[in-house]
Amino acid sequence: MHIVEPQEETKNPVVRKLREWDAQAVAEVLEFRGETTVVVHREHLRRAAEYLAAEPSLRFSFLSDITTVDRYPIEPRFEVNYHLLSLDRRERLRLKLRVAGNDPTVPSVTSTWPTANWHERENFDLFGIRFEGHPDLRRILMPDDWEGHPLRKDYPVEGYR
Amino acid sequence: MVLNMGPQHPSTHGVLRVILELEGEIVVKAEPVIGYLHTGIEKTCERLTYSQAITLTDRIDYLAPLSNNLGYCLAVEKLLGIEAPKRAQYIRVMLTELTRISSHLVWVGTHAIDLGAMSVFLYTFREREEIQKIFEFISGQRMMTSYFRVGGLALEPPPGYLDQVRRFIDTFPARLDEYEDLLTQNRIWLGRTKGVGFLSATDAIAMGASGPLLRASGVAFDNRKAFPYSSYDEFDFSVPTQTAGDCFARYQVRVAEMRESLKIVRQALEKIPAEGPFKATAPGIIAPSREEMKTSIEGLIYHFKIYTEGFAPPAGEVYQAIESPRGELGVFVASDGSNRPYRVKFRAPSFINLQTLPKLCEGRLIADVVACIGTTDIVLGEVDR
Repeated sequence: MHIVEPQEETKNPVVRKLREWDAQAVAEVLEFRGETTVVVHREHLRRAAEYLAAEPSLRFSFLSDITTVDRYPIEPRFEVNYHLLSLDRRERLRLKLRVAGNDPTVPSVTSTWPTANWHERENFDLFGIRFEGHPDLRRILMPDDWEGHPLRKDYPVEGYR
Repeated sequence: MVLNMGPQHPSTHGVLRVILELEGEIVVKAEPVIGYLHTGIEKTCERLTYSQAITLTDRIDYLAPLSNNLGYCLAVEKLLGIEAPKRAQYIRVMLTELTRISSHLVWVGTHAIDLGAMSVFLYTFREREEIQKIFEFISGQRMMTSYFRVGGLALEPPPGYLDQVRRFIDTFPARLDEYEDLLTQNRIWLGRTKGVGFLSATDAIAMGASGPLLRASGVAFDNRKAFPYSSYDEFDFSVPTQTAGDCFARYQVRVAEMRESLKIVRQALEKIPAEGPFKATAPGIIAPSREEMKTSIEGLIYHFKIYTEGFAPPAGEVYQAIESPRGELGVFVASDGSNRPYRVKFRAPSFINLQTLPKLCEGRLIADVVACIGTTDIVLGEVDR
């Protein structure tokens, strides 16, 4: 994966727009196989989401997916990925958030994209990421009384529990 | 009154439970409860090599296994930076479009059964069986085909396979007209579907609905057009849309999609060259041909290494979206540079589309809930994964 240097960044109009809007929000830009990933800080996520969805020249109105990667034992352990899609501009963008293992809380984006509701419940269920401001954060796939979060890398895959 | 519908209710198409809060016959609140079919496919993928995980993708959306194969293979190919040869791409297009027809046939049939029209089901399953026979002829399996592999196809298709497909597409248009005769003007069908389960374009986008659900609400978005993969840009087809946003509009969109798929299959039949490689040449990643394995020492070494330890793509993450019969099937693969995927995530269209169910049926009669569940065309295997 290629880390894009700040001087190259201006080539991508979406990254340029984001930089112009708030230089602090963009922590890092990654390029891999023609896909752009913008790493944002946790405190800027909700603002950045609103900006990307509402800005008339960007219109990332469709949230395709939210998914987490557990980098255990590396810290910050979790990477939460948001796959955005602009339906009419036909462009995709990935937002990435790095979250520490001892405090896996992320602001909820349900106010910007209502579809995030079930996505966030799934990530809470399988990874134990807590989404602050989510209207109904419950398990969705596992039973309510289940212990642990199965997709975490330190979750045992064999034997009795 | 609170009514528990499912998880063993026949019209929930699997094991979906819906908790309905009723005011007389009116649904005040509907809450889908899922997870009864959760088998941990994503977790299992992490323990398998890239090629082994293909067999799991069949079992996600078991009505469109080839679409899942395609989404996953394309994602891994993107990760590796390789591409399947043109011949394989055209065969992939032909087979996924047949999958779309077969999946929509099951949908029309079961949806009609749910709403009381028994006979349509018997007819659509007759045609579906024809498609299953084609799949069996080509891949050796009716449903769990695993026919698409990273870099191409599993094996050279048998002689005469194109004739089988040709025979099917020659008979099918007339059959499709028959279903339309049974349903499109049918007063009971219209009464049960027209104006039922309304979803506006704004709501559809906000709720992340994709596929026929989105297109029946007037948004002409299709991944095959917007982000062409597997040479879809070389095919001439249109994206059917409707603006009514109700169950009937979704029925119309799906029937129109079957006709468009037929168009694509017909073009593919002309495009597919009689001979040519069916998988990419990439030493160390794609197994060499049988001939090469038997005659050269490098071939034998690669064959042994690929089938024992697999291949290791560079570290990185990709997201590949395709248009499955149900909507946007996204496959996110994260690699850490080893021979097993570090994380695989399937953005299952059924899972997201099901989220619109409360929007569709709240404030409507309890009988409409069945129509609304049917019209979202969910496959519970895909919802729960």
